[in-house]
Amino acid sequence: MTTQARDEIKIGGLGASRKRVEDNRFIRGKGNYVDDIVLPGMLHMEILRSPLAHARIVSIDTSKAWAIPGVRLVLTGEMMATRNLAWMPTLSYDTQAVLATDKVRFQGQEVACVIADDPYIAKDACEAIVVEYEALPVIVNPTQALADGAPLIRDDKENQHDNVVFDWEVGDRDGTERAFAQADLVSKLELHYPRSHPSPMECCGSIADFDRSTSKLTVYMTTQAPHIIRAAVALVAELPEHMIRIVSPDLGGGFGNKVPVYPGYVMSILASILLERPVKWIEDKTGNLISTGFARDIYLKGELALRKDGKILGVRMHTDSDHGAFFSDAQPSKFKIGLMHSAFSCYDIPSAHLTARGVYTNKAPGGVAYRCSFRVTEAMYFQERMVQAAADDLGMDQAEFRRRNFVRDDDFPHRTPFGFLTDSGQYGKCLQVGLEAIGYEDFLKQKEEAKSRGRLLGIGISTMTEPLGAGNSREYDILGIKMFDSAELRVHMTGKAILRTGAKTQGQGHETTWAQIVAHELGIPADDIVVEEGDTDTAPFGMGTYASRSTPVAGAAVAMVSRKVRAKARKLAAHLLEVSEEDIEWELGRFYVRSSPETGVSIQDCAYAAYSNMPDGMEPGLENVAYYDPPNLTWPFACYIATVEVDPQTGVWDVLRFVAVDDCGVRINPMVVEGQIMGGLTEAYAMASMQFITFDAQGNCIGSNYMDYLLPTAWETPGWELHEVVTPCPHHPIGAKGIGECATVGGPAAFVNAVLDAIKDTGVRNIDMPLLPDRVYEAITQRHDVSGAPPVKMDDHD
Amino acid sequence: MSGLFEEIHEQPAADVPTRRVSITVNGDKRVAQVEPRLLLAHLLRQGLKLTGTHTGCDTTNCGACTVLFDGKPIKSCTMLAVQADGHEVTTVEGLAGASELHPIQEGFKDEHGLQCGFCTPGMMLAAKALLEENPDPTEDEVRWALSGNLCRCTGYQNIVKSVMWAAKKMQAQSAS
Ligand code: FES
Ligand code: FES
Repeated sequence: MTTQARDEIKIGGLGASRKRVEDNRFIRGKGNYVDDIVLPGMLHMEILRSPLAHARIVSIDTSKAWAIPGVRLVLTGEMMATRNLAWMPTLSYDTQAVLATDKVRFQGQEVACVIADDPYIAKDACEAIVVEYEALPVIVNPTQALADGAPLIRDDKENQHDNVVFDWEVGDRDGTERAFAQADLVSKLELHYPRSHPSPMECCGSIADFDRSTSKLTVYMTTQAPHIIRAAVALVAELPEHMIRIVSPDLGGGFGNKVPVYPGYVMSILASILLERPVKWIEDKTGNLISTGFARDIYLKGELALRKDGKILGVRMHTDSDHGAFFSDAQPSKFKIGLMHSAFSCYDIPSAHLTARGVYTNKAPGGVAYRCSFRVTEAMYFQERMVQAAADDLGMDQAEFRRRNFVRDDDFPHRTPFGFLTDSGQYGKCLQVGLEAIGYEDFLKQKEEAKSRGRLLGIGISTMTEPLGAGNSREYDILGIKMFDSAELRVHMTGKAILRTGAKTQGQGHETTWAQIVAHELGIPADDIVVEEGDTDTAPFGMGTYASRSTPVAGAAVAMVSRKVRAKARKLAAHLLEVSEEDIEWELGRFYVRSSPETGVSIQDCAYAAYSNMPDGMEPGLENVAYYDPPNLTWPFACYIATVEVDPQTGVWDVLRFVAVDDCGVRINPMVVEGQIMGGLTEAYAMASMQFITFDAQGNCIGSNYMDYLLPTAWETPGWELHEVVTPCPHHPIGAKGIGECATVGGPAAFVNAVLDAIKDTGVRNIDMPLLPDRVYEAITQRHDVSGAPPVKMDDHD
Repeated sequence: MSGLFEEIHEQPAADVPTRRVSITVNGDKRVAQVEPRLLLAHLLRQGLKLTGTHTGCDTTNCGACTVLFDGKPIKSCTMLAVQADGHEVTTVEGLAGASELHPIQEGFKDEHGLQCGFCTPGMMLAAKALLEENPDPTEDEVRWALSGNLCRCTGYQNIVKSVMWAAKKMQAQSAS
């Protein structure tokens, strides 16, 4: 290790597994989450939700609710409509009901709300509201939505005559046709990625505080993107933007759930304006699970054109995605089905074509990027399931098949089948590290040996590269707002500093890791830097934290602002050393005279000079702000390998081992990176094994609480074995790439591939996630594929 | 909740029956007048302002609200405040000594056993109950003891390590 690297670890710079500073409050129970905030005179809001999935509202009688002592306000859609607030725009150019006026379109939709002195009274009052509904036919999947004569869900929209949200395509249709014409073999697969919910431990909530005397609206809320919310509130509530302050305090996880604008936020704001009192809304878990931020719920028809020798000649994909009743997820506006077309980016495939159709159904609005860079999770799952099926169809070893199709290390920059530009990668090496770690050849022998004794072992591989860190701003925007990010650094007189960014941590540890980037760039010990995020009155404008974009974009801004500060410090150093700037060299934390290296000044000396001894004509102070527009996405890549044993008697499967090899470039804080990977793998395991939300034919949500929506506990969760490959990102200022979601994106296919490998002799090519024991059992005993498309069979409930 | 604390209803509250409870929380005796339906978690959070106890579900599944009740871990969202009358409750705020962190708190920080921190108080209290009963647990025993507490961020591996770290430290402390 060089002296610089050693010194850098000492000050908590790049590469240090620095202990997290935010932990000091969390381990003491002193975190400050929205529900912990109490304002003087604060009232409490509860929401009444629809029990039906599709119904006309005949009448709403709120008189009994008003009569309950302690009730301050009862809001219905009709009252919202008088203020033009019954509907709001979504982040995807659609509209969404705040409170239903005409009809309800999904079970759990907001119908009324009560503001009362305490939450118990508000809940009582919600139960006292009488709503009369007239039930309508219900649609719970794309097949029903697209059927002839299907009831129109969005009859509120002019010019909407069917249930189609969008029809979109990308790629080369003709070229792909030709590739398929030349194929020796076409491998086909139909898959469903089930509806899932990010389900952070903390639900959504807000405290709106409108102060009539200053006309200022302050909203404390669970948001991953405070500045976007400020813009949205300005538009929806028609308030001047400078009079809106959004504060996102500590968040109990987000995972994409806390990006959209939810009706509850809007109602609490209106209530506070009407009542001139702070109004707190804290969603319960059922409300969170049935009405907010669904993800996935998408069907694939996929085809690979293959040559006998294992070369993939072309890819054809068609997706039907179920968006629920309102198209309300945040997506880059150019790409209707997110970055689905990032599929197959790690493979060298001449041509590809994707068609994508989105539909409305009577389900909660869906499609948020749940630990995912806009549908990348589905893309990589589809990709790796298709790759395994193709290898099987060819009768080729799954590792060898991948190896033959990988983009080679010397082939970068590389244009992916759908047109992205990847800039670096060592996919073969990454796979090799994984195979060695799991002991691939040995396991194959073990598997054969176990088979002879009637035991079913399987191994599943998933390799992928994914695009993280939107923008660049040429291609990526949300509602026209370009996707860049920002950082502001202020160095105080004594060399301590405060850093603010437009991102917003939800557990990722920005307070710790951002300071490490500054330490790396300026040599100021990380402990001397405080990091602040989430307050729109103080933080520079940013697009927030989701889609693994913080390190690629805000993290880059942190490096760039530090460099701006260093450039000024250099001038101060020249002044202090009485030499010209050109004669000065920089080493970590210190400028010195090139010809006499022992003569130098520290960054702290420069900071002091910025306030006490600046040269004539120089602006005092040492601070700056940087807005960073990345030239490209970052392309981390990974290889995940699972080994499993399936019990043929029950369909239960256990993970024997799981190896993860991740390349996220330079690791700012290896401890934090590994924490992200293990958390992501656990969500991957959750989706593969148990976690899904489905619907019966009436549109009843199955999975509306943690008794039905299963999250793995410490007991079920496998142990994770982590490895790394490091390929620095060529365009990121410190060579880092996104990492937060890689494991969630790439992980699920490894589990599913492993289980299918274990039961390969049955001829079963697919079981849709989650691989519940009864599905696996059905596949083994009936020897057919098992689909997971709703509506679920409800025999035991009827 | 409302009738209990500083906030006074401007509108006359209905005739809600209340009961007086006396609970020893983190060593201090706390007396309150509560509605019989008030949950212990809400008394702790809103009434006693001990907001380290979190609530993460409505169905007794997540364990974010775990506190020690006469030394045993319970889910405070599933106990009425009146049921705690005359008992002792320990919350995360009572975990550290006057000047020192509890080894479990140190362990969680040292082994990166938390990310968003929402599950952490409950996890640490469940771990405390385990280590008091079983000072030298195996990894499996830790996983089993914590299986009533959900964490969405960490994947549990580092939580298990944190508890093992604390076990070691506590053993060393009691040996010396
Ligand atoms: S709040 Fe979830 S178990 Fe108590
Ligand atoms: S640290 Fe976030 S839920 Fe456990």
